Amino acid sequence: MTTLHGATAATGDSGRAQIVAFLIMTGLLIAAPAVIYPIFLMKALCFALFACAFNLLLGFGGLVSFGHAAFLGTAGYVSAHAAKEWGLPPELAILGGTAAATLLGLVFGLIAIRRQGIYFAMVTLALSQMVYFYCLQAPFTGGEDGIQAVPRGMMFGFIDLRQTMTLYAVVLTIFLGAFLLIYRTIHSPFGQVLKAIRENEPRAISLGYRVDHYKLLAFVLSAAISGLAGATKSLVFQLATLTDVHWSMSGEVVLMTLLGGLGTIFGPVVGAFVIVAMQNYLAQFGAWVTIIQGAIFVICVLLFRRGIIGELGRVLKKAL
Amino acid sequence: MSTIFGIPPQALFGQLLLGLINGSFYAMLSLGLAVIFGLLNIINFAHGALYMMGAFVAWFLLQHLGLGYWWALLLAPIAVGLVGMVFERAMLRHLYKLDHLYGLLLTFGLALIIEGLFRNGFGSSGQPYRIPAELQGGTNLGFMFLPNYRAWVVVASLVVCLATWFMIERTRLGAYLRAATENPALVQAFGINVPRMITLTYGFGVALAAFAGVLAAPIYQVNPLMGSNLIIVVFAVVVIGGMGSIMGSIVTGFALGIVEGLTKVFYPEASNTVIFVIMATVLLIKPAGLFGRSN
Repeated sequence: MTTLHGATAATGDSGRAQIVAFLIMTGLLIAAPAVIYPIFLMKALCFALFACAFNLLLGFGGLVSFGHAAFLGTAGYVSAHAAKEWGLPPELAILGGTAAATLLGLVFGLIAIRRQGIYFAMVTLALSQMVYFYCLQAPFTGGEDGIQAVPRGMMFGFIDLRQTMTLYAVVLTIFLGAFLLIYRTIHSPFGQVLKAIRENEPRAISLGYRVDHYKLLAFVLSAAISGLAGATKSLVFQLATLTDVHWSMSGEVVLMTLLGGLGTIFGPVVGAFVIVAMQNYLAQFGAWVTIIQGAIFVICVLLFRRGIIGELGRVLKKAL
Repeated sequence: MSTIFGIPPQALFGQLLLGLINGSFYAMLSLGLAVIFGLLNIINFAHGALYMMGAFVAWFLLQHLGLGYWWALLLAPIAVGLVGMVFERAMLRHLYKLDHLYGLLLTFGLALIIEGLFRNGFGSSGQPYRIPAELQGGTNLGFMFLPNYRAWVVVASLVVCLATWFMIERTRLGAYLRAATENPALVQAFGINVPRMITLTYGFGVALAAFAGVLAAPIYQVNPLMGSNLIIVVFAVVVIGGMGSIMGSIVTGFALGIVEGLTKVFYPEASNTVIFVIMATVLLIKPAGLFGRSN
């Protein structure tokens, strides 16, 4: 079994390089709203978190999910509904959305881990399409209209999210917190076992690991963090729509991860920013966005399998 | 007026026929996917886009060259098959030694490009395609009215599927193909040009999709997005059937089309999702699929 590119083990002083990279990233994100439109930044941060969650599963667990939009979208709907119809404060709305995605992830995971490789991808795709049709027909999602005018409200009763900069701080905090959680997971014994399963599943089984448990846990964790991203996104845009549950969203997150670097730590963040920026600037060209995204897929797969950060890490001889 | 399970027979048989038609497309597309997967170990995500391309070639032939349906039925699969072979030679070939994931991602990218280009050229609305004169009208069977064209679609796809099955399971060429699926290195050592066989197989699988596209053109409108929604259902069909057996994918395709049609009669809300529900159930009971070999 050939391995995925970019997924090199942390060697030598990569640990220190990663800390430096993290500090640079944090610094940039704190300074960014001074020069870049904050709503755009928040959108990119939500997608970056989504891509990181996806990368945890694919880059470190070797599991290709083509149905991650289901978690993003479901969490968005649930938190939007909770904030608007039930009048819950934003922290509980986000928590509710995340919980819904976690539960959905458990169901998906239990079904999908029964098949490996390409079948796994097809199963997750089919299951997420089922969620899409449910969201299209269910009364509470508003069908084609989605849930609009979701109130942002006061977080913990005293943080006013209607202020854009306050909201940015909250979104950044959520992003960094979840990012560190993923980082910690990757470097934990659990993450090591996950990598072992990715490299050689039969050997991991013969060493006595219950690989299905590990895969399921990784899947649920990834779904939960995707849900966190979706719930946050619905509060930022005050909107939850079918776009987020559609299968093309599942493709987009694959693209972000692939472009940034599969199995790297910072790659998905970079990939997400690049793709979101591209969509932003090319929006007026309509179908060209799709064509360019397709072309990026083809180029990445044929020539550029390590992705941006993977290539950078290779030049610097450090795992980023 | 008599009813069957409280449903007027016209509605029941009408939906059954519709299901059978959908099943024809599921069968042809999943058959192509299975043939390609068997030899290339690649799930061809571009299958839906190439099916759409087949329909557009038919439309183009009629609109700009004045060549009718029967010509399209012959020429569109050849044209799209050639395009597929170029894809295989230029791109897919470089991925066989890598993780299967990359084949999936590459063909996904190709699907996006093809669909985007057609959407740019033709917009999202459909182009009409007339039913050929020979197949217009219908036959009254007594219990229902059978449009001739729909009957033709079911028959044509059955013939094509069974011919493919015969070719793969009963001829010498098919024996080479099956042998190369099991062990390409050994077959190559016997002096058979396996890389060329791979190219031709991909071309053939893709041509099947284009053939289905031409058949679909007069029924559905010729639309850039007609393939992308279909392909996900076909993936579920493939998971249910398991890709181990050619006959398995044909039978599963038709059967699931009929099940979907019946669901439209008895519980329309679930008609979009019933195939996915069946997929989940099959995975829980028999993870390798109904006709698949466990890995």
